[in-house]
Amino acid sequence: MMKVEEKLFQNRYRVDADRPHIRIKDESLCNNGCVSRACTVCCPAGCWSFEEGKIGLITDGCLECGTCRVVCDTHGNVDWNYPRAGFGILFKFG
Amino acid sequence: MTQNIEKFDVIVVGAGPAGNAAAYTLAKAGKKVLQLERGEYPGSKNVQGAILYADALEKIIPDFRDSAPLERTVIEQRMWVMEDESYVGTTFRSDRFNQMPGNRYTIIRARFDKWFSEQVQKAGALVICEMTVIALLRDESGKVIGVEVDRDDGKIYAETVILADGVNSLVASRAGLREDIKPAAVALAVKETIFLPKETVEARFNLKGSEGVVIEMLGSISQGMAGTAFLYTNKDSISLGIGCMLSDMKAQNTTPAELLEKLKQHPSVAPLIAGGETREYAAHLIPEGGYHALPELYGEGWLLVGDSAGFVNAVHREGSNLAMTSGRLAAETLLELGEKGLPSTAANLARYKARLEDSIVLKDLKKYRNIPDTLHSQRQFLSDYPALLNGAAHEFFTVDSRDKATKEKAIFNAFRERRSLLGLLGDAYRLWRATR
Repeated sequence: MMKVEEKLFQNRYRVDADRPHIRIKDESLCNNGCVSRACTVCCPAGCWSFEEGKIGLITDGCLECGTCRVVCDTHGNVDWNYPRAGFGILFKFG
Repeated sequence: MTQNIEKFDVIVVGAGPAGNAAAYTLAKAGKKVLQLERGEYPGSKNVQGAILYADALEKIIPDFRDSAPLERTVIEQRMWVMEDESYVGTTFRSDRFNQMPGNRYTIIRARFDKWFSEQVQKAGALVICEMTVIALLRDESGKVIGVEVDRDDGKIYAETVILADGVNSLVASRAGLREDIKPAAVALAVKETIFLPKETVEARFNLKGSEGVVIEMLGSISQGMAGTAFLYTNKDSISLGIGCMLSDMKAQNTTPAELLEKLKQHPSVAPLIAGGETREYAAHLIPEGGYHALPELYGEGWLLVGDSAGFVNAVHREGSNLAMTSGRLAAETLLELGEKGLPSTAANLARYKARLEDSIVLKDLKKYRNIPDTLHSQRQFLSDYPALLNGAAHEFFTVDSRDKATKEKAIFNAFRERRSLLGLLGDAYRLWRATR
């Protein structure tokens, strides 16, 4: 089984260091008020995690698909933007 | 607005198939067009399977075959209904696809979109990359009069704005032109581009020259979710992907990456990609809500085209052709208004919808308007039937000491036990209703 990290390693990115384009509006809502935490399952790049009772988000490998925003429809807790122009994923093949 | 500010006839947001079709058609006719793309180059943010439907592009660029980067001409279409260890399939292969101008081609979108954008620029449009539109500008009456981009003093004005910014269309939803997409109206697809020597691709799929094969798959691979998978042959690579409705994905525990890994390991798929090197992993949302999920398609000074309008025919896996067609029709609507000296009011832009209704775009979406609901509520089509079909084939093609009448009875009983006699009749009716 090829891990998601190995898949992402093949991709080209121009990472906007320290300027994540996706933010969690209220982390305590993820930690305490959300049962499904569907973002941790559905994100195709594995950007979302839930460990030791805490939600985690690292957007470096983001494929900019929009899934995390759409699956959070009940809580609307994802502040989702595209990376700054020119940054983010650069598809070689698409 | 001051008079010395440069004003365009049309601003096109996004440089995918819909935006390129619109910008090309308008620029070719002499309109002053500005096209804005957030990626480093057109295509760098775009993802598709990808199949190019010649007819839609031919109507925009008739001689595209002379210069477009095409991978392979599709001469064979396979459909696989899968179980964990098997599939029941159909194949249509025809040499006629070699004799006529190609009808469907496999393409690599990053390369194709770059080419399409070059044609747009040659036609006279101004294309600016690495510029993101963050909002729409409106006048006092609410009419859209331009866009705001992520630069200082980033206000640009135009008579009409065409939003071709894709499935997420943040611009349209933030401006209140449409609602944000819902998990039940969108599929998440993931894909790997797997490289193999050209000769290996040709030997494995029985191809010569530029011939290509498409395999569409459904059944156990989507683990009970509404979804399909695909395998497309490119020149020296294979595009392999799987997509499922996001509402289904939300209700289970397998990640998209794992789903794709399982597809790669299926005993019918694994030998086709064996020894290949994955060089890219991509993901994309596909608006599959169909006709009932369509937003408003136009308003005062604006039009939606392509994925931002939700123009995808999920049944036939068509989207890029509807994108190009809607982009062309949006452009032709504006050209008609221009000829008649009419402004881009909602009342006048209603002609865009009339053109869509008269075209493959809304005719096909209307025909399949009940499919999304049917697949959401009638899971047997995606889980029970693939299993029953494969079970029946196993029974039928395993030669043993039981007589054929007994085997036929066993097959029939399996269907009746799983779905009941009335259920079978009801399913036939439901399928007919949904595709009528």
